[in-house]
Amino acid sequence: MTPLLKLRSFIQAYLPQIVLSILNLAAMTALSLYVPRIIRGVIDEGLIQTDTAYLLRAALLLLGLGLASAAMSALQRYLAEWIGGHIGYDLRNRLYDHIQHLSFSYHDHAQTGQLISRCIEDVRAVQNFIGGSLVHLAQMSFLLVGALALMLLANWKLTLIATLPLIPLTFITFDFGKRITELFFRVDTLLGDLSARLQENVLGVQVVRAFAREPHEIRRFDETNRAYYRARLKVIGEWSKVMPTTDLLVTLGTILILFFGGRMVLAGTMTIGEIVAFNAYLVMLAAPAQELTWLVNAAGEAGAGARRVLEVLETPPEIASPPGAVVLPTLRGEVEFRDVSLKYQDEKRDSLTDIRLHVAPNQIVALIGPTGSGKTSLVNLIPRFYDVSEGAVLVDGHDVRTVDLTSLRRQIGIVLQTSLLFSETIAANIAYGRPDATMDEIIAAAQAAQAHDFILSFEKGYETVVGERGVTLSGGQRQRIAIARALLMDPRILILDDSTSSVDTQTEALIQQALERLMEGRTTFVIAHRLATVRRADLIVVMERGRIVQTGTHEQLLAQGGLYRQIHDLQLVQNLIAPEEPEPVGEYAPQPIRSSEGFG
Amino acid sequence: MNKSIPITPPAYVTQAEEQFYKAYDPQVTRRLFGFLAPYKWQMFLALVLMLGATVSTVAGPYFVKMAIDDGLSAGNPAALQTAVLLYLGAAILRWFFIYTRVNLMARVGQSVIYDLRKTLFGHLQKLSLSFYSRYSVGRVITRVVNDVETLREFITWAILAIARDLFSLVGIVAAMLALNVRLSLVAFATLPLMALATYIFRKNLRIAYRRVRAAVSWVNSVLAENINGIRVVQAFSRQQRNYESFRDYTNRYHLQTVLHAAKVAASFVPVVDILGALATASVVWLGGAAVLGETITAGILVAFLLYIERFFEPIRDLFRRFDTLQSTMASGERLLNLLDSPVEVQDAPEAVELPPIRGEVRFEDVSFHYADDPALVLQDIHLTVRPGETVALVGETGAGKTTLIKLVARFHDPISGRVLVDGYDLRTVTQASLRRQMGIVLQDPFLFNGTVRENIRFGRLEASDEEIEAAARAVGAHDFIVGLKNGYETSVEEGGVVLSVGQRQLLSFARALLADPRILILDEATSSVDTQTEQIIQQALRRLFQGRTSFVIAHRLSTIVNADRIVVIHDGRIVEQGTHAELLAQGGLYAELYRTGFQE
Repeated sequence: MTPLLKLRSFIQAYLPQIVLSILNLAAMTALSLYVPRIIRGVIDEGLIQTDTAYLLRAALLLLGLGLASAAMSALQRYLAEWIGGHIGYDLRNRLYDHIQHLSFSYHDHAQTGQLISRCIEDVRAVQNFIGGSLVHLAQMSFLLVGALALMLLANWKLTLIATLPLIPLTFITFDFGKRITELFFRVDTLLGDLSARLQENVLGVQVVRAFAREPHEIRRFDETNRAYYRARLKVIGEWSKVMPTTDLLVTLGTILILFFGGRMVLAGTMTIGEIVAFNAYLVMLAAPAQELTWLVNAAGEAGAGARRVLEVLETPPEIASPPGAVVLPTLRGEVEFRDVSLKYQDEKRDSLTDIRLHVAPNQIVALIGPTGSGKTSLVNLIPRFYDVSEGAVLVDGHDVRTVDLTSLRRQIGIVLQTSLLFSETIAANIAYGRPDATMDEIIAAAQAAQAHDFILSFEKGYETVVGERGVTLSGGQRQRIAIARALLMDPRILILDDSTSSVDTQTEALIQQALERLMEGRTTFVIAHRLATVRRADLIVVMERGRIVQTGTHEQLLAQGGLYRQIHDLQLVQNLIAPEEPEPVGEYAPQPIRSSEGFG
Repeated sequence: MNKSIPITPPAYVTQAEEQFYKAYDPQVTRRLFGFLAPYKWQMFLALVLMLGATVSTVAGPYFVKMAIDDGLSAGNPAALQTAVLLYLGAAILRWFFIYTRVNLMARVGQSVIYDLRKTLFGHLQKLSLSFYSRYSVGRVITRVVNDVETLREFITWAILAIARDLFSLVGIVAAMLALNVRLSLVAFATLPLMALATYIFRKNLRIAYRRVRAAVSWVNSVLAENINGIRVVQAFSRQQRNYESFRDYTNRYHLQTVLHAAKVAASFVPVVDILGALATASVVWLGGAAVLGETITAGILVAFLLYIERFFEPIRDLFRRFDTLQSTMASGERLLNLLDSPVEVQDAPEAVELPPIRGEVRFEDVSFHYADDPALVLQDIHLTVRPGETVALVGETGAGKTTLIKLVARFHDPISGRVLVDGYDLRTVTQASLRRQMGIVLQDPFLFNGTVRENIRFGRLEASDEEIEAAARAVGAHDFIVGLKNGYETSVEEGGVVLSVGQRQLLSFARALLADPRILILDEATSSVDTQTEQIIQQALRRLFQGRTSFVIAHRLSTIVNADRIVVIHDGRIVEQGTHAELLAQGGLYAELYRTGFQE
């Protein structure tokens, strides 16, 4: 229940509707109690006094009451959905907004399937409870208190005896409430796991097919499916014990009345009529007592859902604009890394150590180094995707932690290693960072990224929808759209993370030319493996195991020797020597060239 | 955002608008109930238990009467004790009946859900890749998780309740007819009206619930796409705009459909109340007149009025279940649609196990286009690859290289012509036996949520730890793996985001190597690693190529040059083939590509 209380601000917004719903329900109950009185009137007045007019009046009254109660039950049904629907809507908006602002480091460890499950199934559990069960809970509490009061007025001694079973019932219900919340939490988590498994299986479908691992995947899914099955049965198992027990305990009340009351009658201290009347009250108590078990169950489900929703909402976005953040003016494009170290969450080792680097505006910086040496980590710090563990990253002299994030990221264009596009038109994808861009600007960006021609080859050109139900693009085509997307931002700082990796060599040459033009007048960071790209940079940064080991121009670094020289020579071997003198296949030893140093 | 503006979800998420209006295929119900068939005996037993519980409930008042008449009125304490004990016995029996029934039905409901998910997932493992290019992750999750969840409630609670309602309805109708036929007919006169209302509402409810399901699907798709693409979202500062779009379109549409369905359902609910009141009023009026006319007694009328109340109780409950049934059907229909998606690439009924192959691959007059686009991607491909030969596929982006290797792995079947391995037409052998002998490294090195070791083991599940490490060493991945936090036990998060692209690629190489395939397929996979790692891999691959038939799509000249044969593809046709030297001498497309692209 506590997690539900924390969500009360979402409930408070609809307090008038909830109150209306409770009042409506109370009126419905009152009406339903009134109908038997009319029927009694029919018998007492109409039939016995042979009053035809009375019969007609009674019939019409019954009809009128029927219509009124029909209208009220319709309203009740609609209100339940209305309240639940609106709370669900608000909650889902809030969750989505929050998830969007959670930092990269959160998403690195979060499973998409779990997040989706929280937005759909957990929100549903909460909204159903608040829309429907909460109102019933209020009603049942009233009925319980009312019935108890009537009983006490009638015979307090007998009440004490009859309600004796209610004491264990209270404990059982409370205990049930606590345990069921835990069990539901497990159910919800497993449902999230199911989503995550599916998500992974669908995204990795090519690999699954390629290795004929369908049976393996089916087995893995089956584990989760089975665990979910068991968790659900546990919930029901708990419920199946408590529900009939409630029933039994209430019946036990009747039996106690019968037994002890009966002895009072036999002793002559009580009449039979009194016992019968008293038992009627106990029957009144039975319905809400049973309903209560249902409601506790629903509250448990909602509580578990609320807890999972809160787990997300209460995770602070690690990276956010600080209060009073500086909104950056147009940047000159100076970037400085001041003694920067970076350690990712849950990692023991630093991914970047003592990075000191100063990049003047409009410089082109090439980052080079073995895989995993920290090149991507380094550029990720400029748009502040992660925060440094030590030191500071400065853009135009501003520590990126002190500036408004949007104003920073708006001036940085990034082409990531994997070019992800959205299920929208090509035009919308290119304009992703600047939705207000004109068609001319979009086309210009596409032309610059060498994407214009292939886009026009589609029947609908720029209006072609990509992704789901749309055209499937090749890796190279996706990459060029991603480049156009970054270029349209007209960024002051351009980051190219190995952005020409999956295009064919001819296209790459074309993109290369375009990029070179575009790099002019911007600070550019380019992670590249090909020396042709690297050679033209103003500054080459050679990285190894999270450190900068060399900086300089191509000529300086060649003269220095060291890692750069090795990489350079290796590539020469690859590109120049190998084509002319293909080595016989068997003679290549499988040992890494620099096995002693590793490539961590 | 004006609430009244209708929101149209994109066509690729929902079904076509007219689909909402179609009647349910009568098959839907039958097939959904087919999933219940294996549990019919359990359900029958549950029904018996339910009747048992009813009997013990009905017996309660009888024991009270016994206690009063035999015990209290007769002043007999022993009779009182007997009655009380009998009552207690009945109550305990009732506890047992309910407990067993609830557990039994929960097991049935949960088993059906488990079976359904298992069937769905199994089917998903058979569907071809072209299915996945049309069907997003979000929609798959909606079907397998959310739609199946909708069915759970219905199976666990509603089916038995419907049976109970029908039983009590039959009983009450019989009792009413026995009491007075004419008054019964007056009461039953409302039934045709009820049938009419049901008929009208069924259509509206169906449309409304289909919209709700479509909306859930849309929400899921948007969440899945944007959470998967969160890094791009943040890089382009799209959070605010995406949030607004979610709030004002996707989520708002969901709310609207839910409220619309609530409105339809709410106007349906009071029908029973109104008709019930109408029946009561008519009986009071007509029956009262009959009493006055002395054709029936007042006692009969009173009893009859009580029965009417009970008569409408199960009907009201049935109406409520009918509402649930409609929403269940909307989900069930979507599930079955997924199950009905044709498996495009399927093992032929008489498919044989491909015996261990030598690795000869032959394309005979193969043409191919994708299902959603009639333009030919491959045309008249003739190609014979000898066992152990290494073939480099060269051509521009979109020329058809990737498609060609997909046909070798039988991810798709050719439109015309055939693909043979060792003389076996691929359509005549089982997919599993083919792919077991094939190693495939795809463009996107997809990793699963699990440890590094598990990810490599994916290539051959029964591999020992030593073999896994040997494979990792052979591709030069061992060094970086032991440098990770937990070495081989380091967990790779969803999609492998904690590793660099180069590292991910090395792992996918190790995975393919471990599979020890006869035919190796490499799709542009060598492009994103740095020069040194590339060098290591090149060496490992050369060793790997030896004695295996290999297809390689690579941009590295060294790989291409070292191939036994280069196949140049242009616009879906093979335009040239031969060795590097031969093709250069020819002065055709390859020579052109070589001049513009390969040289650094």
